[in-house]
Order: sequence, then structure tokens, then C-alpha cells
Amino acid sequence: MLTIRSFASIPGGTDLTALYRARVGDYPKFFKMDTACKLGFLLAEQLADAPRFEPREDRAVLMFSTCGSLCNDRHYEESVRDFPSPSLFVYTLPNIITGEIAIRNKYAGETSAYVLERFTPETFVALVEQAFQDGDTGSALCGWVDCRADDDFTAFAFLVERGGTGMEFNVENVYGTVSQ
Amino acid sequence: MKKVVCIGESILSPLGATPAENFAAVCRGESALRRYEGMFGVKEPFVASLMDRERWTAPGRTFFDSIVIEAARRAVEAAGIDPASPRTAFVLSTIKGNVEYIETQDVTLACSARRLAEAFGNPNPAVVVSNACISGLAALLQGRRILLGGGFDHVVVVGAEVQSRFIVTGFQSLKALSEAPCKPFDARRDGLNLGEAAAAVVLGFGDEGWELADGAVRNDANHISGPSRTGEGSYKALRHVLRNCSPDALAFVNVHGTSTLYNDEMESIAIDRAGLLDVPVNALKGVFGHTMGAAGVLESILSMHAVDAGVVLPTRGFSEPGVSRPVKVSATMGKTTKQAFVKLLSGFGGVNGALLFRKGGAGC
Repeated sequence: MLTIRSFASIPGGTDLTALYRARVGDYPKFFKMDTACKLGFLLAEQLADAPRFEPREDRAVLMFSTCGSLCNDRHYEESVRDFPSPSLFVYTLPNIITGEIAIRNKYAGETSAYVLERFTPETFVALVEQAFQDGDTGSALCGWVDCRADDDFTAFAFLVERGGTGMEFNVENVYGTVSQ
Repeated sequence: MKKVVCIGESILSPLGATPAENFAAVCRGESALRRYEGMFGVKEPFVASLMDRERWTAPGRTFFDSIVIEAARRAVEAAGIDPASPRTAFVLSTIKGNVEYIETQDVTLACSARRLAEAFGNPNPAVVVSNACISGLAALLQGRRILLGGGFDHVVVVGAEVQSRFIVTGFQSLKALSEAPCKPFDARRDGLNLGEAAAAVVLGFGDEGWELADGAVRNDANHISGPSRTGEGSYKALRHVLRNCSPDALAFVNVHGTSTLYNDEMESIAIDRAGLLDVPVNALKGVFGHTMGAAGVLESILSMHAVDAGVVLPTRGFSEPGVSRPVKVSATMGKTTKQAFVKLLSGFGGVNGALLFRKGGAGC
């Protein structure tokens, strides 16, 4: 059985730089990230458990959205008119958010990014459960980070584990947690 | 455990409209890589493998959506399944989808996935796997997991990519493109070529044919746009899928082989660490270019055809070894009697993947 160890969310309109300064402060790479990656990074900072920064292969990072990297894609497209920006282009991938979280936390397990038409707890729970078919995966940092524009986003994430003592990771509990 | 097998395939590429046509073209040593000047309004010339847009664009659809749906239709027909059944799921693999219309249309990948499911009257939410350059491999693995998770009889996995000013200028800005046809694993390799293709596989349960036996995705946890110097994630993915398999059982490892300096070197290290220096290695980027979201599906299908024909496909563009480890790159067509192979890919975001395919009770 999978259980929820912890949950984090970032309300739409949050000042992400202020949140970074209040909660992290020592990771300048944060300022290179696009908004979606900043959201994923800050969610992971809230969910990451001790001991931190020790390489581990048993933790997966699974991120879901509707918009993928579209917000940053628009910024890159604007840059193409003058001079295509390699630093913006690198963030035109929906899975870079999983890579940023993996690098920061030394998570060497599975990283996957999915795009869905809308958030439905049924599809979210099913896809996360299926990721645990990989026998090496013992826990997963999994979330919905949908960045429609730099100031218009939905961002929440769960730390889910095999066994554990939290409430069961199922459709009802995910729905209940997210809609609070 | 029930076996997940491939029951229908399709490939649309500049070299052909069926898997057989594409396989024959690869065997003849063909490639559609050519130099384009002014294409997509891109100032700098580039070498790419591009499809005939007029031929493949359906009325009222974008070129991308057209080849996605057509590749799915052909694979569904080959498999003889009911695509409208609630027990059939669709998985789409792409990186940039319809991004060329970013200024005028809703280009979210989810829209293309919905149109794919709708084209077949399928009631399930279509899932997009967008995991950079390993997307096609990750989508096949996702298809396997959906079946093993229960509730479905078939999964249609479609991988597709079309090129655009957006993508070409991006890779140019990273200085990742070669000005000539690419040279995987070669001493003079100097970058990749981009390509267009759509390919689809229908997965189901069965005892015969090609089994998608296992798969793994692992992160380098090192850098978002550069591969690990120790091949960390690629090695870990290989180690996972080969944990119950002897390297002796493998006909070949079909690698990513983008022809960038760092990717090919990294893969050679991962292959060495995984104990695969005696296994033939080949790459198809010199034939099709880097077809991004299509690559994992396209290259897996051609690898299945190769084993069926008892051959190891040549690595077009390779002539002189240029990586630090003595990997056994297949420069010319080889023969094999083995019945299993590994598909390997890596991508931005530090992501790496491996799939193990086998047939007929291969010894792994």
C-alpha cells in the first residue's frame, strides 16, 4: 500500500523570490530557473526529508501539468525574434522541473513528466501507483505544477511512500487533501 | 506475470510509410538527411531529415496532429484492435508537439492527446509522456505499466515530432547541431541533426512475438543540459533492466548516439560499466536524425525488425572509433541469432532510460 507522508502547496500569486529567501536562501541556481521549475523546487524544499543531499536511487520524481513548459516556451519564442536564448531554450521541456529537483536533492531514481488535459485524482493516482511497479522505487515526490503564466499557476505536491504510517494514497484522500 | 507484447506497429518517416519500407531503406544504407537553407525562416542553414508536409497534412488538422493520428490508425489496423473500447488507452510521446503555432493556437500537448483519443472515439483521458529525448522509450514503458496496472487490454503508444523554427533555433543556440550528416560514436562527430517522424506500437497481453520485458528510467542528478561524466543514470537504467539477463543473450544495444561529443562518450562509459563491451552497439541517428519524441518508438520498432531478420543494423555515419571505451560499434551490417536487445536513450533534465525487448524465450 502507498501512503502520504507529507503534502505541500503554493497558492497562486505567491511571491516566489520572497518564499525562496524565507525558506532556502543558499541555492543561487534558483534564479536561473523558469517559474515552473521554481515552483517545483520550492515544493520539494518543503517536502524533502532528512537526511538531505545524500545520493539515493529509491526516490522517484513525477510531475504533472496541463501547460507543460508553455509559459517559458512563450519567453523563448519572444527571444527568437532578436537572438535565440540558449538559457531559455533549456527550460522549454516539461521534464526540466524533475531534473532540477533531482539535482538539488541528489535523487537518482526515476524522473518522469506527464501532461494531462486537466487534474483528475483518478489519473494522477493511477500513474503514480504504476510508477511503483519499478521495484527500486520506494517513495515518490509527485505533484501538479501547472504554470499558465508567471503569475497564474497551480502548484501542489505529495511525498508518497511504500508502507508508511500516513493516510492511504488513494483517489479519495488525494481529492480531500487537494481541495482543502 | 502476464507478458506485455507488441501486437501492431507503424512508422511514418521521410524514408517510408510502413515499418517494412523503413527497414528496407535502412538496410540499403539510405538517409533523408539533407541541407536546408531558409527553411522555417531560420537564417542559418541546417541538416535535417524532414517529411513531406503536403502529403501528410490532413484537412483541418495540423501536420503534427495528422501524423500522430495516421501513425496510430495504421498501428491499430495492424493490431486489429478496437480503438474505441474503454479497455484501450492512448499514450502520446512528444516533446514540442504543435509548438510552431505558439503565437496563434492552443499548443498544449494535452490538446493533441485529446484530439488523438477523439479521432478514434476513445473515452479515456489520453496521457502525454514528455520526458525530453527519452519520451518515446518512457511512453512504451508507461504503456506496459498501464497494462500491468489492470483495467486495460490494449495501449496505443504514439511517438511523434515535427520540426520548426522554435526547435531548430534552440539547438543552434546551444551549438548542438552538426553542419553535415551526423557521425554517431565517430572520432569526428561534431553534433546532431534533427528529424521528423511518427511511429506507433500497440501493446497487449500475449505469449508470442516481441515482449516488452522490462524498462527503467533513472536520473543523473547532475546537470540539466549536460550528461553525467560517469554515465550514472544510463548505467543505473541498464543495470536495472539487465539484472536477470546475461549480456550473452543480447543481439545488440541500440543506443541514443546523437553524435554530440558528450552524449556518445557518456553512453560508452555506461555501456562499459554495465559489462556490455562485447555486445554490438548501433545507432540510427545517421539515418533519421534525432526524431525526439518519436525516437524511442521508431528505433525500437526497427530494432525488432532487425532481430527478426537476423541482422544488426549498421551505424550510418560511423567510421572511426571516437569514444574512450572500446565499445563494439557496428559500422556495417552484421548477423545475429540472438533474440533480445536493449534500447537506450538519454535526455535533457539528466534523464536516462533503458528498455529490454525479447522474443521466443530468449535467455534473459
